[in-house]
Amino acid sequence: MTQGIPNLLPSRNRRRLLINSGCLAAGLIGLTRKAKAAGGKLRVGMTPAFLHDQHKLLDEWREFMVDSLRRPIEFVQRDSYRETMDLLRLEKLDFAWICDYPYLHLKQEVRLLAVPLYQGRPYYRSYLIVRRDNAQFKSMADLSGSVFAYADPYSNTGYLAPRYHIRSLGHDPATFFRKTFFTWSHRKVVEAVASGLAQGGAVDSYIRDTLVHVEPDLALRTRVIWRSPEYGFPPFVSHRSISAGDFQIMQKHLLDMSTTEKGRSLLARLNLDGFIIGSPTLYDGVARMMRAFGEA
Amino acid sequence: MRWLFNLSFRRKIPLWTSFLISLSIFVVGAALMTRAYDDMKRAVIISASNLGHTLANTVAPALLHDDVWRAFEIVRSPIRGEPAQTPVQVDAVVVLGPDHKVFVSSDPDTLPMLSVPATLGAEWVELSSRLGAGPKWPLVLEFDNSAFLYVVLPITDRDAQLGHLVLRYAKSVFHPWFIDSLWQGLGIGLLVLAVLIPINWYWARRMATPLVDLAQRMEMILEAVPEPLPPDLYPYHDELGQMFQAYDRMALALRDKVALENQVVKSERLAAIGRLTAGIAHEINNPLAGLITIVDTLKLQPDMDPRTLRSLELIDRGLMQIRDTVAALLVQTRVQARPLNQHDLEDIHTLIQTQVSKRRIQLAWSTEMPDELPVPAGLVRQILINLLLNALQAAAEGGHVSLWLGRKDESNSNLIIVVRNDGDQLSEEQIAKLFEPFASTRAGGHGLGLWVTYQIVTQLGGRISARNIDDQVEFVVNLPLGEVLCSTASA
Repeated sequence: MTQGIPNLLPSRNRRRLLINSGCLAAGLIGLTRKAKAAGGKLRVGMTPAFLHDQHKLLDEWREFMVDSLRRPIEFVQRDSYRETMDLLRLEKLDFAWICDYPYLHLKQEVRLLAVPLYQGRPYYRSYLIVRRDNAQFKSMADLSGSVFAYADPYSNTGYLAPRYHIRSLGHDPATFFRKTFFTWSHRKVVEAVASGLAQGGAVDSYIRDTLVHVEPDLALRTRVIWRSPEYGFPPFVSHRSISAGDFQIMQKHLLDMSTTEKGRSLLARLNLDGFIIGSPTLYDGVARMMRAFGEA
Repeated sequence: MRWLFNLSFRRKIPLWTSFLISLSIFVVGAALMTRAYDDMKRAVIISASNLGHTLANTVAPALLHDDVWRAFEIVRSPIRGEPAQTPVQVDAVVVLGPDHKVFVSSDPDTLPMLSVPATLGAEWVELSSRLGAGPKWPLVLEFDNSAFLYVVLPITDRDAQLGHLVLRYAKSVFHPWFIDSLWQGLGIGLLVLAVLIPINWYWARRMATPLVDLAQRMEMILEAVPEPLPPDLYPYHDELGQMFQAYDRMALALRDKVALENQVVKSERLAAIGRLTAGIAHEINNPLAGLITIVDTLKLQPDMDPRTLRSLELIDRGLMQIRDTVAALLVQTRVQARPLNQHDLEDIHTLIQTQVSKRRIQLAWSTEMPDELPVPAGLVRQILINLLLNALQAAAEGGHVSLWLGRKDESNSNLIIVVRNDGDQLSEEQIAKLFEPFASTRAGGHGLGLWVTYQIVTQLGGRISARNIDDQVEFVVNLPLGEVLCSTASA
């Protein structure tokens, strides 16, 4: 990832935004008609890509979305990426916030809708965490033969990235640990490591850092011993089958969130700064790792 | 130890009962405590078994699918953050895989995943060895000197045995609870004791006090004639009361016996004296009659010089005095006797009038008799005169004397004479010797009046007694009626 991209993004973003608003104004009447014809309700899949068990926050976000889009909205929560991916494949979802790794898996079915900005940039990393009071683990190599917690088999930072790292260290990730298991959520990886169930775990940097603010008691019982390179932030995607209008109003809603007070307050609670349109090239690093494992 | 049994009932009864009360409270308390501990353990096992079944069923799919995290969430669900506070609160939940290794536990720090029993300690080795034998579920294990109680259940999916669920309970939580109950029980016990012991002491003393009193009285029996018991000493009719009544009867019998003995002694002495005096009197009377005849004959001699005559008269007066005295000692019942009638009583009333008016005595005269009574009139007259004169003399100047004569009722076969005076009371000693000759209490009396009366009464088969009553001195004569008139007695 080059350092130049973040600086370029805002100006590009602004330009796109202007263009989009123009189109939006022109097609507004037709768009509403089409939406009505489509039955109206938009289904948004929410995954453990963020702290999806903050139900109150989700409710408020959904209400905000309804107010903004004047459309019924349904948030569909699933604990594993796999289930959300299946729903997308079955066209039971119109939009979803998924991890970058599933996005690449589903590239044929989905389009990139928007990418969240975390600390002003559309990037995040994988953290390797161990218990804070355990001083003997200093790097991945020390965790050889231990019990390890992965987040989800379709998580980049919680599965793909640490395995890639092990592989780059010259080990076979399948035999490197004595035992591994999935917690189906980044938050629970932190819990598994904090409780001592697993000696190490791989976790999304965005979620772990957000947890430090939201649940410091839990998060600070772990410490980070390795940080991966940056990857494109888990994106919002839309199913390719949805109309251009629906695509646009949802994209606009996300991009405009930071412009309203309510939107900013929600973003603050999500520990995000806003959304940009983003480019599929953001995820080239992930694709490279997938190729290394022969998956793409 | 013997001294304990020698204690007074006053102490022994309360001590023993207090001891027994304490002992029973202790024994009942101990039994309840043991029961409480067993109940607590049973409650723990029931609760563990319920929880265990639920957890085993829930965790089975996770175990089947090797879903460690789901299993961890399940086994951790009954664990609270803080250490267990109640005995039924589970300390740790462990899922053992088919290989008896820890699949997951609620406390990964001390019971980490994949540990083999050998690394967890002897208790787990023993526990794991007990799993194979097909035990009765739930398997409850309590090792000696162990801080934990283990309850084990199988995790099955249909017929397949997937592993075992172990629930561990900290016994350290049992003990404070048990100690709490113990203190509570002890407190209640002490409270009961505090109530019962004073009541017990009170009742024991109530029972012991009359008993002790009775014992003391029994001990005194040989030394003095027992007094009758105060009626309020023990006014109940249980065995103790019966004992008191028996004591009373015994005391009464003893008093009667003593009185009878005294009476017998007195009668015998009086009889002996009577025989003695009568014998002496006869011995004197015979020569006396001769002497008196000789003196009379001598006095008739014409040529008696005056000096001799004076001597003879002196001898004559002396002999007369001797005769009078002897005559008084010799009580004679006449051979011819007639029944007592009203005239006799009137005569006596008249005879004593001089004395009555001379001493200004208030005389109360009360006779209840038919025309005639079959008692010898002469002797009864003598008895009455003696007793009345005696009373008139004994009464103070201007005092009271009363006579009552009659039968208790008409069918009664005894004549009763009661004479009272309000003179000085008689002392015990006086009463004891009252009917002996020359026992006069008065200056001037020859002391034979009551003696003679006594002799007459006893010869008639009657009784005479004297006593102090209501500030008066009372003489009671009891004479049998009927066998009249032919009895001769000469003492």
